[in-house]
Amino acid sequence: MGYTITEKILSAHTDAKSISPGDLIECKVDLGLGNDITAPLAIAEFERTGAKKVYDNRKIAIVPDHFAPAKDIRSAENLRTLRDFAKKYGIKYYYEIGCMGIEHALLPEEGLTMPGDLIIGADSHTCTYGAVGAFSTGVGSTDLAAVFVRGRLWFKVPEQMKFVYTGRLNKWVGGKDLILFTIGDIGVDGALYKSMEFTGEAISRLPMDDRFAMCNMAIEAGGKNGIIAPDRITLEYVKQTAKKSKKKWKVYKSDKDAEYCEVKEYDVTKLEPQVAFPSLPSNAKPVSQAKGIRIDQSVIGSCTNGRISDLRIAAKVLKGKKVHKDVRCIVFPATQAVYLQAMKEGLIEIFVKAGCAVSTPTCGPCLGGHMGVLAAGEVSVATTNRNFVGRMGHLKSEVYLSNPAVAAASAVKGKIAHPEEVI
Amino acid sequence: MIIKGRAWKFRDDVNTDEIIPAKFLALTTAGELGPHCMEGIEPGFSKKMAKGDIIVAGKNFGCGSSREHAPLSLKGCGVSCVIAESFARIFFRNSINIGLPIFESAQAGKAIENGDEIEVDASKGEIRNLTKNKTYKSKPMPGFMEELISAGGLMKWVAKKK
Repeated sequence: MGYTITEKILSAHTDAKSISPGDLIECKVDLGLGNDITAPLAIAEFERTGAKKVYDNRKIAIVPDHFAPAKDIRSAENLRTLRDFAKKYGIKYYYEIGCMGIEHALLPEEGLTMPGDLIIGADSHTCTYGAVGAFSTGVGSTDLAAVFVRGRLWFKVPEQMKFVYTGRLNKWVGGKDLILFTIGDIGVDGALYKSMEFTGEAISRLPMDDRFAMCNMAIEAGGKNGIIAPDRITLEYVKQTAKKSKKKWKVYKSDKDAEYCEVKEYDVTKLEPQVAFPSLPSNAKPVSQAKGIRIDQSVIGSCTNGRISDLRIAAKVLKGKKVHKDVRCIVFPATQAVYLQAMKEGLIEIFVKAGCAVSTPTCGPCLGGHMGVLAAGEVSVATTNRNFVGRMGHLKSEVYLSNPAVAAASAVKGKIAHPEEVI
Repeated sequence: MIIKGRAWKFRDDVNTDEIIPAKFLALTTAGELGPHCMEGIEPGFSKKMAKGDIIVAGKNFGCGSSREHAPLSLKGCGVSCVIAESFARIFFRNSINIGLPIFESAQAGKAIENGDEIEVDASKGEIRNLTKNKTYKSKPMPGFMEELISAGGLMKWVAKKK
């Protein structure tokens, strides 16, 4: 019997002779990530163990991005905790404000997430790096503290689910729509504890940024990881990013006779842009069913859709247009490199001229932290990943999730709209 | 380990934003987080509940963000354990790691109603509804996990084992 890509990566990182779903195994971790919300707890746990040094200062990444730049005094103190820890233990991959970006966009860009790696992060969207063919999954702060000390962590080998996407995608439809549609089909616990492998001809044509958006949201179906086996597009990408990090990679692919607990096949030829209605990512419907819903805010960015191609799409819709007078449109490039590229391409000018607020990279608005919090009764369309009750602010506010083109078109119209309505 | 308390019943898919909204995430200890526990779904919960009360929920409890602040806030406000039809993966892991007892039981998650008096026998994997005089099955908690939870979480348990 063959193995899936996820099983092969887990297997390569453990001493166990053979593995199968349900087994508890201990694995070597190639990279452990913490941010300004989760790392303060991990650092406190780490220090309580009395450890004098971290296991490997080149295998830890610390990214202050959630409440950064500091939103209040307490956040500033947490940010200082990260800074002091990084200095004290010589953490190689610490990113200060001004260099930092949203962690799940930043680390791949820096070449720190490579095909075949095993990565954990004290952030649920750590599953994003499956897009380069790594096994990566979100854990808690205590797990991260254990990795600081030992460089290893226990895992339960997940059952494997396969998703096969056939057909060609329509204009204005991308990775975000594929994953919203998928979560809509299987539900927010449809892949609970399981691995989600994305394959098929639509995936093989999908650009990297769209693949990141897909794997990013595996957690919204309860998945342990999302993963796409490396192909030509992946390798072109990692050859570029590896120049910076000098990291090596290893390509794994699922065997033809690998075993899956479930296989889902979708013909995506007729798929429309998707909109997830409040208050679960699984409430996905075609945009045609959301048309006319009035909005107060449009948020374009995040670890799901804040990459350069997302901004290009948004700019294409917003070019020469004005944001509706009753709407605030907030654009936040995911990293400084994305910001710079967007400036070079004139995208920032398009946004500012259209009346958008353009922000430094931060997770702020996505989780109702700062830089775009909603008041009672307000409605936002957002390219982020969660629309839970109160996610973006007041418990009586609402969030509709969409791709960047729909979010941009909606900002212009003042209500949820298909991009073709404003182009 | 025997846990006894009054049930607070919640629906399916209670997420960590509801358990502890992001505006409290700059806080870092169970003591600070406790007063804000469940504020995204049951405002004023920490004032209404009594120490030792039990949370009972449907499917996928604790979905969403990986914030360990969620189980910490439950522990901080004095919730003695959580019973659910199923748990989201990271929440499950975090709860064990910080020493919050959790029990998966489809029967109990469905049948228990708000205000029922509940008694959990962790080592037997039995959940008894004293109000309704019914018993539901859960998986018995392995000995090491009972030890780990009694020690106050993974790191304290590891330190003891050294």
